[in-house]
Amino acid sequence: MQKTYYDPKDLKKFGKISEWNEQLGEKFFDYYGKVFEEGALTAREKSLIALAVSHAVQCPYCIDAYTGDGLQRGITKEEMMEAVHVAGAIRGGATLVHGVQMMNKVNKLEM
Amino acid sequence: MAVNTKVSLKKRESELAAIAKQMEVLNGEPFSDGELPTFANKIKETNQFPLRPKKLEILQVNVGYMCNQVCAHCHVDAGPDRKEIMTRETMSQILDVIKTTGAHTLDLTGGAPEMNPNFRWFVEQASAAGIQDFIVRSNLTIIRANPKYYDLPDFFKKHNIHVVSSMPHWTRGKTDKQRGDGVFDKSIKALQELNERGYGMPGSDLKLDLVYNPSGAFLPGDQASMEKDFKAALLEDFNIQFHNLFAITNLPISRFLDYLVASENYEDYMYALVEAYNPTAVQNVMCTNTISVSWDGWLYDCDFNQMLDLKVNHKIKHIKDYQEDLLLDRNIVISQHCYGCTAGAGSSCQGTVA
Ligand code: SF4
Ligand code: SF4
Repeated sequence: MQKTYYDPKDLKKFGKISEWNEQLGEKFFDYYGKVFEEGALTAREKSLIALAVSHAVQCPYCIDAYTGDGLQRGITKEEMMEAVHVAGAIRGGATLVHGVQMMNKVNKLEM
Repeated sequence: MAVNTKVSLKKRESELAAIAKQMEVLNGEPFSDGELPTFANKIKETNQFPLRPKKLEILQVNVGYMCNQVCAHCHVDAGPDRKEIMTRETMSQILDVIKTTGAHTLDLTGGAPEMNPNFRWFVEQASAAGIQDFIVRSNLTIIRANPKYYDLPDFFKKHNIHVVSSMPHWTRGKTDKQRGDGVFDKSIKALQELNERGYGMPGSDLKLDLVYNPSGAFLPGDQASMEKDFKAALLEDFNIQFHNLFAITNLPISRFLDYLVASENYEDYMYALVEAYNPTAVQNVMCTNTISVSWDGWLYDCDFNQMLDLKVNHKIKHIKDYQEDLLLDRNIVISQHCYGCTAGAGSSCQGTVA
């Protein structure tokens, strides 16, 4: 039996999801490809956003993929770490901003 | 992963300094167990086997493995400790060939070609023989390495030499990690000096191109966008201009192979190369229009085969017996390292090919 939930080799098999639903799979990969094309944002900027989001959603496949993609594009490790901190700041902020909700509730309930 | 970048594999007496050992790695897993197709089988899929030369356009001459640098990725395993240097006698044999060759480009490489004591003599003779495009692959730092090389930019200019230079990144950190401490600053200074002579300036006939190869176990990104980034950064930070950027894939041989194996990246790297295989690139791989001559006059399909000592598959094997028309009738010697030339947009000494 497989001993871990994640296997790095599975990333290479991502395309196989189309085998069980060709129509939706193809639509997804087509969309995915288009999203990362050079547009109002450069492909380089999109790569950094993808790296940050990968950390926010904590997907090890995505982190591997967009770290490699960044290196290929000549993105420096300083830029990558700053992007990860953006993800961290938003995640932390998203937690902490709910503190206001907690405060509101306490203020309402307390005499 | 840190690599001892101070000396060549040969000097380190590394296992992989033995060419047979490198071939063993390239022919072993994941190819021997069928996990990945061999290069021969892969090009058979599109009926491109055997690989054959087309027209000879480039004569690439490696004038010796001595170099002032010891870059971590070097496919030549070059360094100050390498003593293999082309003699004037071999150069004379090449000059005889230059007089009759159909090739329009003479491409001098090394090591640091400028360190060969007969380099200038050879350039002057070859120049007089009327080569159209004369390339020197200069590592830039050599220009600042010793006062005896300070006038190289003027020498290049005098002979209208097309300078092609390596620059792994526009930041100091990435450059020095691959090529050694201080390389970045010296390279910048050398580029500024070349610019001062008119090299690399917009519209200038004095051609200055840069070579980018990844500083690690990953493939180069898109050549055009890398060129844009390099140009913007070098201009803004150092007021440096150049013509084209060639994005070159590191081939899994010599020091780069040693690094891949030692850092346990070999298998993933081969998967990445095979995955990025592009059948269209096969038509224009370097060996289809190039012959490579080693410091001791042997003939190879390319500089990479030279480092693996895979001599041309022909009864003419040495420059002293050179006959161009006969040599064109041969099958190119290939192995798994060839995947490095066919990944993505392809890779050659002139950048992408597809
Ligand atoms: S400058 Fe070129 S030849 Fe010299 S060690 Fe570096 S890659 Fe090798
Ligand atoms: S490594 Fe040499 S022989 Fe192989 S494809 Fe590249 S240029 Fe041709």
